[in-house]
Amino acid sequence: MTTSSAPPAPLTAGDQVPFYTSRLWEAVRAGDEYAAGTGVRDALTDGVPPETLLLDVIGGVQRRVGAEWAANRLSVAQEHAATAINERVIALLAQHPDVPPVPPARGRITVACVDGEWHALPARLLAEVLRLRGWRVDYLGAQVPAPHLIAHLHLTNPDLVALSSSLVTRLPAAHATITACQATGVPVLVGGAAFGSDGRHARQLGADAWAPDARQAAERLRRPLTRRKADHQAIDDLPHLADQEYTLAARGSRQLVREVLAGLESRFPTLLDYDDVQRDHTAQDVAHLVEFLTAALYTDDTELFSGFLVWTADVLRARAVPPESLLPALDLLERALRDFPRAVGLITRSRQALSRALRASGPPAARQLDPGQPA
Amino acid sequence: MVNSAERSADNAWSDAALHAAPYPVLVADPVGTVRRANEAFGLLVPDAVEGSALCEVLPDWLLLAHDRLSAAPAPHAPPPRGEVAGRSFEAHATRLPEGEVVWWLTDDTDVRLAERRLLQERNRTAFLARASNELLSSLNLDRCMEVAGRLAAAHLADAAVVIAPPRGRALSVVSADGTGAHSRQLTGVAPESVPGLAEALRGFPPVPSRWIDPAAAPEWLVPEDFGPVGAMVVTPLPGHGVPAGALVLLRRAHHAAFSESEESFARLFAARAGAAMSAARLYAEQAQITETLMRELLPPRVGQVGGVEFAARYRAAKDGERVGGDFYDIHPAAAPQDESLVVLGDVCGKGLDAAVLTGKIRNTLHALLPLSGDHVRMLRLLNGALLSSHHTRFATLVMASARRRADRVELRVTCAGHPAPLVVRADGRVAEVETHGNLVGVLPEIDAVTAPLILAPGESLVLFTDGITESKGGPLGDELFGDARLRRALAHCAGMPAEAVAEHVQMLATEWVGVNKHDDMAVVTVTAPRGSSRRAPGGTPTEGHGA
Repeated sequence: MTTSSAPPAPLTAGDQVPFYTSRLWEAVRAGDEYAAGTGVRDALTDGVPPETLLLDVIGGVQRRVGAEWAANRLSVAQEHAATAINERVIALLAQHPDVPPVPPARGRITVACVDGEWHALPARLLAEVLRLRGWRVDYLGAQVPAPHLIAHLHLTNPDLVALSSSLVTRLPAAHATITACQATGVPVLVGGAAFGSDGRHARQLGADAWAPDARQAAERLRRPLTRRKADHQAIDDLPHLADQEYTLAARGSRQLVREVLAGLESRFPTLLDYDDVQRDHTAQDVAHLVEFLTAALYTDDTELFSGFLVWTADVLRARAVPPESLLPALDLLERALRDFPRAVGLITRSRQALSRALRASGPPAARQLDPGQPA
Repeated sequence: MVNSAERSADNAWSDAALHAAPYPVLVADPVGTVRRANEAFGLLVPDAVEGSALCEVLPDWLLLAHDRLSAAPAPHAPPPRGEVAGRSFEAHATRLPEGEVVWWLTDDTDVRLAERRLLQERNRTAFLARASNELLSSLNLDRCMEVAGRLAAAHLADAAVVIAPPRGRALSVVSADGTGAHSRQLTGVAPESVPGLAEALRGFPPVPSRWIDPAAAPEWLVPEDFGPVGAMVVTPLPGHGVPAGALVLLRRAHHAAFSESEESFARLFAARAGAAMSAARLYAEQAQITETLMRELLPPRVGQVGGVEFAARYRAAKDGERVGGDFYDIHPAAAPQDESLVVLGDVCGKGLDAAVLTGKIRNTLHALLPLSGDHVRMLRLLNGALLSSHHTRFATLVMASARRRADRVELRVTCAGHPAPLVVRADGRVAEVETHGNLVGVLPEIDAVTAPLILAPGESLVLFTDGITESKGGPLGDELFGDARLRRALAHCAGMPAEAVAEHVQMLATEWVGVNKHDDMAVVTVTAPRGSSRRAPGGTPTEGHGA
């Protein structure tokens, strides 16, 4: 393939990443797969190391995609389109003659996303980086049901599993997957925004290692991971689950959504005039609220819920919806859960955090958005 | 003050008591000599006669205890223990008013032995429980062998070698010592050279564990840098009716050889290791069979063919399964000007039984490919084939032939009793393709109408099964996803690559069902690439990552 649009002037190493990142971003935003591919090939020819290209250029564009979505400048469908182009670009890179295959000399790793996780790109990038660093990688992709993953582990006997999750609402599923992998004797490294910027949920859920990004994951794997003891019990990680609040709230989550929706409709009769699409949106917003609350109950982490509220307030503001509309939903949720002391405490503390944030925030500025929230 | 008569009577009484005591007793006076010792003590220490120096006659441990006693009496310290004349004793002191000390020795040799055995048994039980946990956690043979080797080397011997029954010519061997385990594939070694090994690997005839002369052991059996071997024992690993292999335990030359109890304990461990290894082997064999049979049934990978983008997503009804009653297939064009054929369908039923029929349909359609210029004729032939088979199931399907013309994609689309596919136009309009026809496998005669269709760059044809539209869930838990939601979602998909459209539809439907039960779900998209005027048709086919 000819490089039809070579960069106009030689770039210094420091300029390369921003230059090619913005070039890829333009191509991705325009939905131009061809231009995206050409840009990445040019970068390779220009001497940008493959790992930099993967993590800083493609990864950088992907982070921007998430931020643009949150700022309401990109629809979910466009986000998928952008991701699909990035996926293609990665595939192109993997087959490019300037990226010679590295003989796998370091051992075998399974890379997968937690079931229900649609953001496969971080895992894909990690898989490619590990390949470049000489690991034999089985990349299972997004949406891996735990039974598939476990069957794969029995068959292939990898040295470890690298598990990715970007959504905190998938933490209960992540915990189940982590313990299932460890039960087969395979240690687990986790990464992704779901585990917290400091990895606190990785430690809480008993992962054997945590890395904040693909590069540090690859670095961490220079040292061997040790396996946990075989007699470890999942409940040991989360003793607060004994109060059953998570179990009951999760089981009744659909009922919770109904109650909150009904309450909102009686408080705000205008909701009854909404069309199907608007009603779907409202119901989905309430369902998200309940999902994050149950995830916070699972991890006993108030910050998980309050962080979601503050982040949602920003998103609502970006979409010209008054963020104060969250407060009545919280009241209704609290009333529905009045028999659950831990949930009530969680909601109370989170509402205080939200109120503080609402008072503090002025006009909808470009606040730092947390990529750990749903996109 | 007591008088001398009383005193002598007292002495006589205490002498009698001393000699009748069921324990060895010694009375020490404050100046460090033996005042008196009873007969039992005399049997243990013949020199302990009246007047002899304690330091001459008492064993060191007792002498030490005696000295400490006078220095600082500790209230709750355990009694001193030690050996006298080859037996083990506990010593209890009684202080008399005049500074004399009576030492009573109680023989605890048997108690100590019992305690030691109990501790050993406890350790062994704990070890076996832990070993079982570790061994049973994996169904991977390599890992089981490694775990067995590591455990045996750590608890039973200085080194251990686990040998799996040979597959083909290579012998799979794991050697472990205190530092770790590593596995090797050995070729050209003869198990017959080790007594009992060939039988253990064959599982017949039954052999006991056997001592082997270390000098006669072949080199490959001894871990590297192990040094001279003192003792070596080969134990067969009993499996579930199949030979599981053999365990070889090694001790270094300067260590004690294996005792009988150690050997029998090793057999208990071998039974567990063997059970785990044979389970792992059976699992691997079954998985291999499943994999082979499943290969033809798995949804194929799709990508770009002849300048037309194809993408697909599939999710079986049951999480643990990879196939079901929904299916799709793509038959790429042989030459760029030819048509590629894509088929998506739904066999009534779920799971493996339905999947087997999808395989039959896919094979039949593959054979009918030369007739793909006439979809209706193909469907009639397929219908005939299904009617004459023993399957009582029927199927609905939709097929589309696609080829690139300049920057557009020309399609012929035919529906056989299936939800009509949707076309996403560049301006976001979503329309049903006007094709309809009978399902296949029920009626003796069927008919269908083929619709022509042209996709401009960025436009997509979306084929889907009712598992998508009839998925139940949503925020309230019991709503159908429905056609309207699918159309609304697709309206945002104008201009998107095929992969993104398929992914988007699949994600929305899967998130909609959440944790609810759902049917098989399949979606296939056919897209005319955007910005493609700069690219020759068929250039850079990239493989998709569907399914």
